[in-house]
Order: sequence, then C-alpha cells, then structure tokens
Amino acid sequence: MAKITASVYTSHVPAIGAAMDLGKTQEDYWKPLFAGYEYSRQWMKDNKPDVIFLVYNDHATAFSLDLIPTFAIGTAAEFTPADEGWGPRPVPKVIGHPELASHIAQSVIQQDFDLTIVNKMDVDHGLTVPLSLMCGELDPKTDAWPCPVIPFAVNVVQYPVPSGQRCFNLGQAIRRAIESYDEDLNVHIWGTGGMSHQLQGARAGLINAEWDNRFLDRLIAEPADLAKVPHIEYVREAGSEGIELVMWLIARGAMGDVAGSGRPPRLAHRFYHVPASNTAVGHLILENT
Amino acid sequence: MALHKPYQDVPGTIIFDAEQSRKGYWLNQFCMSLMKAENRERFKADERAYLDEWPMTEEQKQAVLARDLNWCMRTGGNIYFLAKIGATDGKSFQQMAGSMTGMTEEEYRNMMINGGRSVEGNRYLGEDGDAQPHRQPQGSAGKKA
Repeated sequence: MAKITASVYTSHVPAIGAAMDLGKTQEDYWKPLFAGYEYSRQWMKDNKPDVIFLVYNDHATAFSLDLIPTFAIGTAAEFTPADEGWGPRPVPKVIGHPELASHIAQSVIQQDFDLTIVNKMDVDHGLTVPLSLMCGELDPKTDAWPCPVIPFAVNVVQYPVPSGQRCFNLGQAIRRAIESYDEDLNVHIWGTGGMSHQLQGARAGLINAEWDNRFLDRLIAEPADLAKVPHIEYVREAGSEGIELVMWLIARGAMGDVAGSGRPPRLAHRFYHVPASNTAVGHLILENT
Repeated sequence: MALHKPYQDVPGTIIFDAEQSRKGYWLNQFCMSLMKAENRERFKADERAYLDEWPMTEEQKQAVLARDLNWCMRTGGNIYFLAKIGATDGKSFQQMAGSMTGMTEEEYRNMMINGGRSVEGNRYLGEDGDAQPHRQPQGSAGKKA
C-alpha cells in the first residue's frame, strides 16, 4: 500500500529560483535564506520519496482567464517548466506519475471533490522553486529530479478561491486516496506558497512576521482550528497574496494525526526568513510518526 | 442578492474578483500573449500597433503604455498577468511591486530588507498607516510634494 510519510511546507518565491539559476546563492542577500534549507536538502537525500504530491498555484501560466479550475490534478507523464516571460527556468523537466495521479483523481472525485484532470500543462515557479529549494541546483539536461511529481494546482488568483476548511478537508480525502493505492510507495505531500506578502498597490511589501509565526505554530499543533480562519483575515493580516497559505492546509490535512492516528507529527525542521524579494519565507518539515 | 465583499475596506488593495476579471479580461489576455518570445519581440517593436490588435479599452492601452501598474489594476489587471509586461521589460517582481508605492527602487528594497511594511495602521481604510490613501505617494516622492 502507498502511504504518506511526511509533509513539506515552503514558500515558492520566483526570485529564489532566479537566485539559484544565476548563481547568486552565496551573496549576502541570499545566504541566510539558503542556509535555512541546508538541513532540508540532506533530509531529502536521507528520506527520498517515491513520489511527491506537490500542491502549488499556477500564476497565470498554464491557466489564463479562459479556464480557471479551483483544483487541478496533473495526470500527464511529464510537465515542461514554463516560459513565464523571462524564458523557461533551466531546470529538469518534471516527470509525472500518471497511474497514481489517475487513481487519486478517481478516489477524490468519488469522495465528492470536483477535481479538474489535466493531461497537458506547463508548470511555473510555484512548482519548480520548491523542488529547487529542496533538491539544490540540477542540470536541466543531464540531471533529474529525485522522483516523479504529481502537480496539484489550486486557484488562489481569481476570487472565489477555496476556503481553508475546504483545503483541509481535501487533504484528508487525498490521504485516503493515496492509502488505497495497491503499490508500496513512499509519498510526500508538499504545500507551497506564502507566507505574508502583497505584490500590489500602496500596500505592496506588507510583511507580518508575528502572524506568520502564529500560523506556523497553529499549523503544527491545531490545524483543524486554523482551517476555520476566513479569507479576509489572510488578506488583512498577511497581504493580498498571503492567501496562498490556504494551500498548506491541504498538505496538513493529509497527515496521520488528522485521520485519528493519535500521534502528532514530528517537527523535523522549522525555518522563517524575511525577505525574499517581496515575501516572507516560511518552511516546515513534518514527519508522520 | 449581491455577493458579500468583505475585502473592500483594506487600504491600497484591489482583490481580483469576478467583477475585476470581467473588466480586465482582454487586458489580462494581452498580457498572457507575452509568454511567447515572438510576441514579446513584436510588442517591443511597436507597442501601440500590438496593443491595437486586442479589444482592450483605450484607457487600458494608455495604462500599459505608461507602465502604470496601479492604473492597469484599476482597469481590471491582475498582478500575475501584468508581470508578463514587466518580464518583457526585464523587470523583477520586486521592481514591479515597488513601482506601485511611489518609492524609488532603492527605498522599496531597503524597506523589505528591514522587515517589510508593517501591518499596523494598514488593516482598515481610515487608519493612519503608510499605505493609506492620504499618505501617497510614499518615500522621497511624497516628501517633495
């Protein structure tokens, strides 16, 4: 049987990808940020998954205003890193896991969540920056990501966006889906985006470190209560783009304690840093025990 | 019954909802076209002619030509779409976001290095934080005025 052994949470700021692609990671500005992921890169090697289920949002890349799926699961064999306007990132193409992805789609839809099934899409920084942060620099041609990845895109760009509660419940359905897959697979589920940031208007540059750290505390210890926080609190306290944090609740909802294991996850790593470009960077690794 | 929009009392913030999206449909779709290298080249060669290929309003075209991202947003633009214009110009997200505050690039960058903009006074319209309408533009541009 497949099982979820760990969840990873991280911001996916595009400038982090650019810093890696342009060899700037040892500059004073970036050094403290990448130091916060040194543990994580070793942890990835020591705890290599068979598949990563990666929750992220598309930033007007694969989905224009023509089509806006609330939840979209990538069932393709591979996904190409997108040209977001600066040219594609020089990273390996993303290999999918069509069998497991299709199984999850079928199971989760039968649990009453209406997923959109995507057989062709390019993936943007929302997906590739977390992979780069956790795996380090890789050659786009001669290297590969450590395992297949199932992209799971959430609409947090055009309102209405899904509530934290909806995301938390969906995570639980995804866990049930993965655990009903026959093959023995070690699966990680990642929730990405955030933390506090606002990219628009006179309030651009908003950071709320106190709120962010409280979010991390609550995500670890009381996720079911955290899931009740309404959108407007994210916008008011964490900036208009801070709404991305609802995606972390999908990954958290998929952990064993939420399903009643009686065992809280082990906090393997916690990191917080301001700034990366316009954004507060948060990062957690939680292991099922 | 009208939809509840609790986010309209946040200063300096436009939430990209269905109404904004309808208003900005062609502006944002024009932006999407800039994800292709050949379209970026054509746009750069003659911006006005390229914009005229799209059924955008004249005001939206003027806002793009002026590279005034606040103006683009008022006419229905969304930052993730508008970012394609910035990318075409070789600008970073930080340069784009900073341009909407009136601050110089250096002033905005320093604000971020020093921990970013505080939420204090910037949660509700009518407070006295630095993102409130009566305190624009920010940085040295505001002091000169």
